[in-house]
Amino acid sequence: MFEGTVPLEHYLTLSAVLFVIGIVGVLIRRNVIVVFMSIEIMLNAVNISLIAFDNYLNLSNGQIFSFMVMCVAAAEVSVGLAIIIALHRNKPTVNLDEFNLLKW
Amino acid sequence: MLLKLTCLVPLFPLIGSIINGFFGLRIGKNAVGIIAAGSMALSFLTSILVYVGYLMLPEGQHVFEQVVWTWFGAGDFSVDFGFQVDPLTLVMMFVVTGVGFIIHVYAIGYMHEEYSFYRFFAYFNLFASAMLLLIMGNNFLLMFIGWEGVGCCSYFLIGYYFEKKSACDAGTKAFIVNRVGDFAFLLAVMYIFNIFGTIDFSEVMHAAPEKLIYAGEAVTIITLLLFIGATGKSAQIPLYTWLPDAMEGPTPVSALIHAATMVTAGVYMIVRCSVLFNLAPMTMMVVAGTGAATAIMAATIGMTQFDIKRVLAYSTVSQIGYMILACGVGAYTAAIFHLVTHAFFKACLFLGSGSVIHGIHGEQDMRKMGGLKNYMPVTYWTFLVSTLAIAGIPPLSGFFSKDEVLYHALMDGNIIFWGMGISAALLTAFYMFRLVFMTFHGESRVDPHIHPHESPKVMTMPLVILAGLATIGGILGIPLFHGWHILHNWLEPVLHFDLAHALEHSEHMLHEAGRHAPSWAHLLNPKEHNLWLEIFLMAFSACVAITGIVAAYIFYIKRPDLPDKFTKGQWGFELVQNKYGVDELYDSTFVKPTVEASHLLWKECDAKAIDGTVIGVAKIIGWLSKQARIFQSGFVRNYALFIAVGFISLLLIMF
Amino acid sequence: MELLIFYPIAGLCVALALGVIFNTSPVGSAMCLIGMMLGLAGIFVLLQAHFIAILQIIIYAGAIMVLFMFVIMLLNLKQTASADWVARDKNRFISILTGVLAVGILYKIIDITFLAELNSSAELPDTFGTVATVGEALFTDFVLPFEVASLLLLAAMIGAVVLAKPKLD
Repeated sequence: MFEGTVPLEHYLTLSAVLFVIGIVGVLIRRNVIVVFMSIEIMLNAVNISLIAFDNYLNLSNGQIFSFMVMCVAAAEVSVGLAIIIALHRNKPTVNLDEFNLLKW
Repeated sequence: MLLKLTCLVPLFPLIGSIINGFFGLRIGKNAVGIIAAGSMALSFLTSILVYVGYLMLPEGQHVFEQVVWTWFGAGDFSVDFGFQVDPLTLVMMFVVTGVGFIIHVYAIGYMHEEYSFYRFFAYFNLFASAMLLLIMGNNFLLMFIGWEGVGCCSYFLIGYYFEKKSACDAGTKAFIVNRVGDFAFLLAVMYIFNIFGTIDFSEVMHAAPEKLIYAGEAVTIITLLLFIGATGKSAQIPLYTWLPDAMEGPTPVSALIHAATMVTAGVYMIVRCSVLFNLAPMTMMVVAGTGAATAIMAATIGMTQFDIKRVLAYSTVSQIGYMILACGVGAYTAAIFHLVTHAFFKACLFLGSGSVIHGIHGEQDMRKMGGLKNYMPVTYWTFLVSTLAIAGIPPLSGFFSKDEVLYHALMDGNIIFWGMGISAALLTAFYMFRLVFMTFHGESRVDPHIHPHESPKVMTMPLVILAGLATIGGILGIPLFHGWHILHNWLEPVLHFDLAHALEHSEHMLHEAGRHAPSWAHLLNPKEHNLWLEIFLMAFSACVAITGIVAAYIFYIKRPDLPDKFTKGQWGFELVQNKYGVDELYDSTFVKPTVEASHLLWKECDAKAIDGTVIGVAKIIGWLSKQARIFQSGFVRNYALFIAVGFISLLLIMF
Repeated sequence: MELLIFYPIAGLCVALALGVIFNTSPVGSAMCLIGMMLGLAGIFVLLQAHFIAILQIIIYAGAIMVLFMFVIMLLNLKQTASADWVARDKNRFISILTGVLAVGILYKIIDITFLAELNSSAELPDTFGTVATVGEALFTDFVLPFEVASLLLLAAMIGAVVLAKPKLD
């Protein structure tokens, strides 16, 4: 039953499941930090499919791409968290719905 | 080339109107008056130059056309914005610009107290421009533009005192009654285009004898429609009711628009289309009958009115009836002749009445006048001259023109038309002198608080000029001897009509259509000019006029108690005084049902059905929007959700 | 054998991911996320992408998560208030839509994946996924994106410093 290598479909399924969990997290949570984390989950889920296809096709491109994704994620997190700190300084909350100053 | 100036003639008043309309309040009353009268003067001078240019045209060319630009074209239908100059146009141009200029000058004095001085002159100039467009346009559509333009200005000017309800109503009435005629005119233009494929005057008139069958349905319908248009503008039965009410406007307006120029547009139009009318003998009978009936009916009403301007208004209706009668018997020259002389003496009469009204501070009821002869001599004498002219006393202008109309009514029409005409002449003499006697002679019935005074020079000078014109205008058409009739010779190229040629074509067309052509041979018998009969008729009508004057003298100077005795309790008199109840008849047959139907449409159709639908749609949309507002929560994450929904939808559709 | 390793790790990852979004305390969420990152590093190893697996641990599980923890501590976030969690009445429709969407998207992706009928995978050389192979590709074919990425990181660093300064002046 557990013979042979893992089929590509299983990796993709895992990727899909994690991605959906990320989406749901973004949609249902109002804590800005948790929303951020959910975004990270989504990025990682995509990385899984990239590397799974790399493995399947014997290429390096997917790995390069996921490397880039990590760079972008790092940049995004550093800037995003800085923004959160700045926001928190003006309005001591992390509830996303309360940040509505730009909403007419 | 002086004829190149043609397009400037209507342009000057238009420019004056624009300047006065937009800057009138800022430039002051003097400047407004100078611009208004000056533009008319320029227009008049340009007309003279155009006349000189016309005289220099090579032999045999009678029409000059100036196409300014091609107005629009659709398929094979194209309309030029162009002017034409021919003898008829020139006559009308001189009447409009000349009399128009004089009345403009008069109006400067008459309207000087008014705050909306500039508004009056803006409309007045606009009217002159539209009227010139009407008479100078080289096609039916351009004529229609002028036709509508003068109607519109008439509406503005009747309703000039718009704070007065009666003035507003009178304006509306004039506008709507005119609209009936305008509609018929427009239908006629469409029919003409349908048959000829063009609406250019010269082309239509040239092609008419070859395309239309003499006395055929097509030409009869066209001319009848044109005539209905004319009855609206020229205040004939059955559409004359608006003109007496139009006297709500300032008096110069009555003089220029509702006596001298605009109301004669119908006559001008019939003369302009004389070729078509010549081809439709049945229409001609209708035209002549309508004209004669209007002449006599309006004259009877005029006898019973007490408002000085209303008497003149009915007199105008009656006189235009004469012109229409002349058209109807084919005496187009006589119609134009009477049009010109009428413009002179009726303008003078109206301006004189304006001077009287001005002199006694706005009183218009003749029962409150009397004895004004001594207070305003200039007005009196000019008024008297014009009254003699309209009554038909030789050798004033009205005598010649009216006599010519009557002569032709007898010779080319029949004795009934002549009888109606001569009766109307008797009544005219009577009611006009009734007017003079009641206003200027006898005991003064003026309110003792009012001190009558003569009008200023700027108002009396026009009166003198017009009275002079009314005196000598007759030389345009001294009728007795053939070849002396200046106007007849002048208009000959326009009115030339070869009946034999037209009949030949009609027979040919009927044969081709397989129909039998009736015998028209008797139409071609030449008519003798009966000199002695004409002299006899002249003498007779002069006697009739004098009889009318004497009767008026007896009734209103000698025995002022007589009128009351005659009229008291007479149902006939009351019927006439109530204008035969025509207004009430129209009210109950046309106006009321229309108003009620409109009311019904408003309440049921508009308010319930249409508004209901519109409001219903709005409500449905509002409800839907309320539902859709769930999506517009204002939370960014919800929007993200919708992005995701869109994404998954795409996914579902594409794979 | 690989499958035997894959399923537990995959299950653990999914469980920890769910833990991230359903945890009431931010610190707990962050801990679950670290666990998930490490699990994913295991998945990458299973895919023979050793270099990425190492990076995953160093960058994600290390640097980024430390940053998260740092911010959480800095903001002194404790148990979140219930307002963070409880769906508003008027948002019920949206909550349902979210659930339907989650199931739908999942079903569709998996459906597509299994319908694709993939061939068996290519034979992998021993060098697949090593630092040498990936590094060579990175510094030859992808050298320009690499440099751009470095610029991006520099910009992000400056941006973070500027934004987080107490007073923007």
